[in-house]
Amino acid sequence: MANGIKDKVVILGMGCAKFGERWDMSGEDLMVEAYQEALQDAGIETKDIDAAWLASAFEQINVGKSALPMSTALRLQNIPITRVENFCASGTDAFRGAVYAVASGACDIALAVGVEKLKDSGYGGLPPNPQGALWFESGPNSSAPANFAQIAAGYRAKYGIDADTLKRALAHVSVKSHANGAKNPKAHLQKVVTEEQVLKAPMIANPLGLFDCCGVSDGAAVAIVTTPEIARRLGKTDLIAVKALQLAGSNGFEASSTGWDLSYFLTTRAAATRAYAEAGISKPRDELSMIEVHDCFSITELVTMEDLFISSDGGAVRDIMDGFYDADGKIPCQIDGGLKCFGHPIGASGIRMIYEMYLQLQGRAGDRQLANPTLGLTHNLGGSPYLNVAAISIIGPLGR
Amino acid sequence: MIGISAYGGYIPRMRMQRAEIAKANAWLNPSLRGQAKGERSLANWDEDCVTMAVEAARDCLAGLGGAEVDGLYFASTSMPFADRLNAGIVAGALSLSEQIAAFDLGSCQRVGLSALSAALTAVEAGRQKTALVASAERRTGPAGSVAEISRGDAAAALVVSRDRVIAEYLGSVVQTVDFVDHYRAAGADFDYDWEERWVREEGYLKIVPPVLKRLLVEQGVSAEEVSHFIFPSPGNTAAALAKTLKINPEAVTDNLQARCGDSGPVHPLLMLSHVLETAQPGQLILVAAFGQGCEAMLLRVTEEVANFRPQRGVSGYLEQGVEESQYMKLLVFNRLVPYDKGMRAEFDRKAIISLMHRKRDFLEGFVGGKCEACGTVQIPRTRSCVGCGAFDTQQPHAFADDLGTVMSCSSDFLAYTVDPPHTMGIVQFASGGRMIMDMTDVRSGEIEVGASVRLVFRIKDYDDQRNFRRYFWKAMPALTSSNS
Repeated sequence: MANGIKDKVVILGMGCAKFGERWDMSGEDLMVEAYQEALQDAGIETKDIDAAWLASAFEQINVGKSALPMSTALRLQNIPITRVENFCASGTDAFRGAVYAVASGACDIALAVGVEKLKDSGYGGLPPNPQGALWFESGPNSSAPANFAQIAAGYRAKYGIDADTLKRALAHVSVKSHANGAKNPKAHLQKVVTEEQVLKAPMIANPLGLFDCCGVSDGAAVAIVTTPEIARRLGKTDLIAVKALQLAGSNGFEASSTGWDLSYFLTTRAAATRAYAEAGISKPRDELSMIEVHDCFSITELVTMEDLFISSDGGAVRDIMDGFYDADGKIPCQIDGGLKCFGHPIGASGIRMIYEMYLQLQGRAGDRQLANPTLGLTHNLGGSPYLNVAAISIIGPLGR
Repeated sequence: MIGISAYGGYIPRMRMQRAEIAKANAWLNPSLRGQAKGERSLANWDEDCVTMAVEAARDCLAGLGGAEVDGLYFASTSMPFADRLNAGIVAGALSLSEQIAAFDLGSCQRVGLSALSAALTAVEAGRQKTALVASAERRTGPAGSVAEISRGDAAAALVVSRDRVIAEYLGSVVQTVDFVDHYRAAGADFDYDWEERWVREEGYLKIVPPVLKRLLVEQGVSAEEVSHFIFPSPGNTAAALAKTLKINPEAVTDNLQARCGDSGPVHPLLMLSHVLETAQPGQLILVAAFGQGCEAMLLRVTEEVANFRPQRGVSGYLEQGVEESQYMKLLVFNRLVPYDKGMRAEFDRKAIISLMHRKRDFLEGFVGGKCEACGTVQIPRTRSCVGCGAFDTQQPHAFADDLGTVMSCSSDFLAYTVDPPHTMGIVQFASGGRMIMDMTDVRSGEIEVGASVRLVFRIKDYDDQRNFRRYFWKAMPALTSSNS
């Protein structure tokens, strides 16, 4: 591997809009909300930004194509702008663009913005999202929950787990995230739920019920990145650095060949392997302090615990039931509520995850602050279990 | 010798209970109680005469494949397209050669038998060697009507050739007279029927007997020699005709009214296909169809009959029926009532016709690829192999007749479908490769990981804005048949 991104780029400032049903706000307004916080946090002005990346996935009811909605809403000063669209992994990918620009030396300060306005559709859930002309003519008529439910079937078959046991573990995933979200003023859903409520909720796509599905939210999140030297020059101390930043995309193997058994995410494993090597992590279960993963559905989170090599293969159910990933567990997962409760404005989610890690590492996470976290991992997944982009970032104090 | 060398049929899985139809409409038409016995077949929302004809043809071509077919005669009065060769869609789904002659025939209740007659004429004249005849109908009627309760949806298919003839063609006669028992104007949704007594007394009982007599005389056959008398008609009409003509009462063939209902132009061929399953060598079959006159044909069963089995056959499909008691499904599936589809139904479904053409082997024929470099079987066929990455190494590989195994599945209550919940999942094919697919004709509990599925050509969706419908392949429970 090349020598990697570790400690080459630091976060200068971050911002995150309140996620939720923001009936009074357009996508442009939400970008401004997150951007103002990030500018203030960074202590810079718009004129200091050299290049910017926008992550946004949907077109029908959102800010529109290209990166122009960002440059217009934020009045960027005729700088290079790029729109990134990689389904739900768009946010982390935009962050990657900004980080790589700084690391290359082409930019001193770069901006990553993620935004999605989903609540202008008139219905719950995501709008249709066809994947090209051939898919439009031949792909199944399916919703996102039905796509991810496939993993539940594959996982159960592989490990011989009965439906009730899995359903109960999935319920624990959601109960835990609701408990965390209840402590987060920016979260979309801030209510505690019980296991019984989760188990009795209406079925959306078997075996996923209502509480197994994340919130469909409006929101935006922003990151401003720079080099350690420039950050220090701007008076920053206790710098939070990027330790690893990896993406992995499917190539059709899962969807078309017979080699994949539907019990794991191939791309997450590939990205995690490379990210740990880049960050110099050999024992993630011992070394990571906290994780924010792509819990679009409870089953995604459960399987991801194994794909990140934290739980053993087939061991996620036990770890989850043991509270290993609870707020007071060994590695708290979704301490901000996750996609489940913080909400999932598609393009914003990857940056929102990094935002929480950044706050936690700086000791600024309020009621949900963890004790002395040192390494945080975010995992952002776009697409479906059989065709997707997985994105992983690891951040922590510079030089540690 | 020329005649029928293969036969098959198709009856949709759902069997609407007539008692439920009568009950739902008792306030409107109490006389339906008299017909509240048995069940009628009901095509799923994603079936039409094209998809049903494809199923019947596959049933008939079992084992033979379609490679030898050089003519296709498709008969129906419910064709989805008035100007686009419907037989062309059937041919594409069957992956027939593009060198074939193909015809749509319609406009009359006897057109199924006329199609068989046309195919026999063409093969007899040497214009074609192996002609495939398919007939299918989606039969609707206004809510609460006799048509609605008495009819059924079905398809039948036959192969006509000089090889391995099962039923030798002896001859036929036809009479054409503009007798209007009912009519359906171009573009109209429903038939306009005259009273049953007019149809019976002046139609069936006056027009048919001379035609049948003429055929028997021309063929030098006495009525008593007829082993199977096939004449689709309501009630005891066929029995009355048999009595008039002195055909043995035992020869009168079951019109499948109790388990399927009248499938119109399909019905003579459906009943013929059903009869051939049990017919003995040497037996004579008299098959006739009524409609603006009458057409009648005489066939003699040969020794070859023992050597052919359809994949499931009419009797196999009769056995695979499942009772349906939700009358609303009949109305919704036949697109007779506006109902709440939800906003997800509003998604624009404008077909990409140019892509449909360039990928027609995949979209219509469900043909994938097999890599010559590494042997990986895959669908769809692409320019780069999923197994080894090599470019332009894939040869066409047919998947349509593969059985599949369900790798994963889910019942989706969110996605829009006419018949929720929508089942979809990943299917692994017997010859290799896999695909994430829509599933159809699924009853609760039938689709689990490991379940066996087969592939069927169905309507993918409707574009009502542009009066178009798209077709693609779906998986359905394999359902073992007593014939297999």
